[in-house]
Amino acid sequence: MDFFLLSLVKAGVVAAVLLTTLAYLQWVERKVIAHIQLRMGPSRVGPHGLLQPLADVIKLITKEDLIPPHVNKFLYLLAPFLAMTMALISISIIPFGGEIEVFGTKTWMQLTDLNIGVLFILAASSMGVYGIALAGWASNNKYALLGGLRSSAQMISYELPMSLAIAAPLLLLNTLSLREIVQMQSGYAFGIVPRWSVFQGPFPQVISFFVFLIAGFAETNRIPFDLPEAENELVAGFHTEYSSMKFAAFFMAEYANMITIAAMTTILFLGGWHPIFPAAYGADFVAPLIFAIAAGVCFYHGLHPARRFDRITLPVFGFVFAAMAAAFLIPALHDALIPLFWFAAKTGFLLFVFIWIRGTLPRFRYDQLMNFAWKFLFPVALINLLVTGLMVALF
Amino acid sequence: MDVILFLAFATIAVVCGVNVVLQTHPISSAVSLIGVMGSLAVLYLLLGAEFIAAAQVIVYAGAIMVLFLFVIMLLNAGEETRRGRSRLVQFLGLPLLVTLLGLFSYLVLRLFPNASHVRFGAFQGGTPAKFGRVLFTEFLLPFEVTSVLILIAILGAIVLARKEIE
Repeated sequence: MDFFLLSLVKAGVVAAVLLTTLAYLQWVERKVIAHIQLRMGPSRVGPHGLLQPLADVIKLITKEDLIPPHVNKFLYLLAPFLAMTMALISISIIPFGGEIEVFGTKTWMQLTDLNIGVLFILAASSMGVYGIALAGWASNNKYALLGGLRSSAQMISYELPMSLAIAAPLLLLNTLSLREIVQMQSGYAFGIVPRWSVFQGPFPQVISFFVFLIAGFAETNRIPFDLPEAENELVAGFHTEYSSMKFAAFFMAEYANMITIAAMTTILFLGGWHPIFPAAYGADFVAPLIFAIAAGVCFYHGLHPARRFDRITLPVFGFVFAAMAAAFLIPALHDALIPLFWFAAKTGFLLFVFIWIRGTLPRFRYDQLMNFAWKFLFPVALINLLVTGLMVALF
Repeated sequence: MDVILFLAFATIAVVCGVNVVLQTHPISSAVSLIGVMGSLAVLYLLLGAEFIAAAQVIVYAGAIMVLFLFVIMLLNAGEETRRGRSRLVQFLGLPLLVTLLGLFSYLVLRLFPNASHVRFGAFQGGTPAKFGRVLFTEFLLPFEVTSVLILIAILGAIVLARKEIE
């Protein structure tokens, strides 16, 4: 009963945090892209556009839910559901931190740990293809069909280098369980270099890190691999015929996949929740320092406001950041928050890279996309795997 | 709990399996087949074979069925039309099916009266580590032969495809 209750609470917390992150990732993306393009981004709804996600959700829910007359109704309704389920299911085995004690019960900051964790993620992502492929076909629209076909071809092609890129660090780590993968990467070589897969001998996994990240971009249909929804060729690709919440489901699936890829990269290559340098050199004070600086910046700009409402909003954010900085220094919360901070920081940085690249690179041509996957990425991943295997066998 | 899950997913597998045959549109049949593969994976999981379950989803439900779906979409296969069925099938089909199923269940009950966990020789347990060890020591020869067989199949496909182009 205890186990059941605990799992329920954990699932509730993780689901709430994940869905909030999904909504705000959209806001972050719009803001970052806007600033890259020297615009303001969303700024009308709430201070600095912070209530924009809420407004978007209300708009999407209350919109008329159209079902076009010529669709295959069953598959048309199944597709968004499938896409979202398969995208959200992966989060259930992502470890966010180590073991913590809450009100006397010890628990891991992870919903559940599978001994086939990595395979589970691969399985969920390979099932996610159906959501998009079926959406394209069931819509009975030539643009949607082309988008669906492009997307499934792309995802099948990039799954190969991705799996090979995952296999290489697994040779060093000797386990498929995500929790053990992170635990294997604890400690520091020479007392300062973290034993993450990207730095770990006998063969540092830098190449497979980049192959995994590139394949991850393709798997999530992000720019520069967003051929399935190329606006100037395909209207909107596979979700052309979808409206209201069903349309939102595809977007949520895309963002959830982004989070999964970023979290998986963190876990496989960047040492999960382990800090970048040892606590002996003060790694535990990085988090409070960052939040304190953020609070300071907010207070400064609150005192010298550029806009009228900055006088009220920025000090409020300043207090929030200062409270967060203080929370990291409370001993009771310390053990739970520090790993969480490092995990969130690495994942957040990778998500920022996703957005950054969207604001920087143009889209591939279709033949370039396929050539890149089969003639460059696949051989590179294969050779990297062979060399890693050889090095592990020799040393 | 095990029994409930088994009954639920066995039922889904059977219903989807029947649906594969009943559906007139190839896409619907393919989707039903994915359902069969998925519920089979859960059944493997209930038998304690985690690795096989994951492989089942990744390889069969994921990779192979995506290719099926892909080909059906590219060929734009339409709905099947019902053509004249023979009198014989109409009258004898159902009784023969029932007889066949009855015979099967009788044989299974007769051959395995007190079935326990599934075993492959002396091998037990389905964690990836155990599975890999057995695969690369005891069953190395069959494993390598199978991989050569698959390679031959790929080469054959390429040869056949090139002949068509020329």
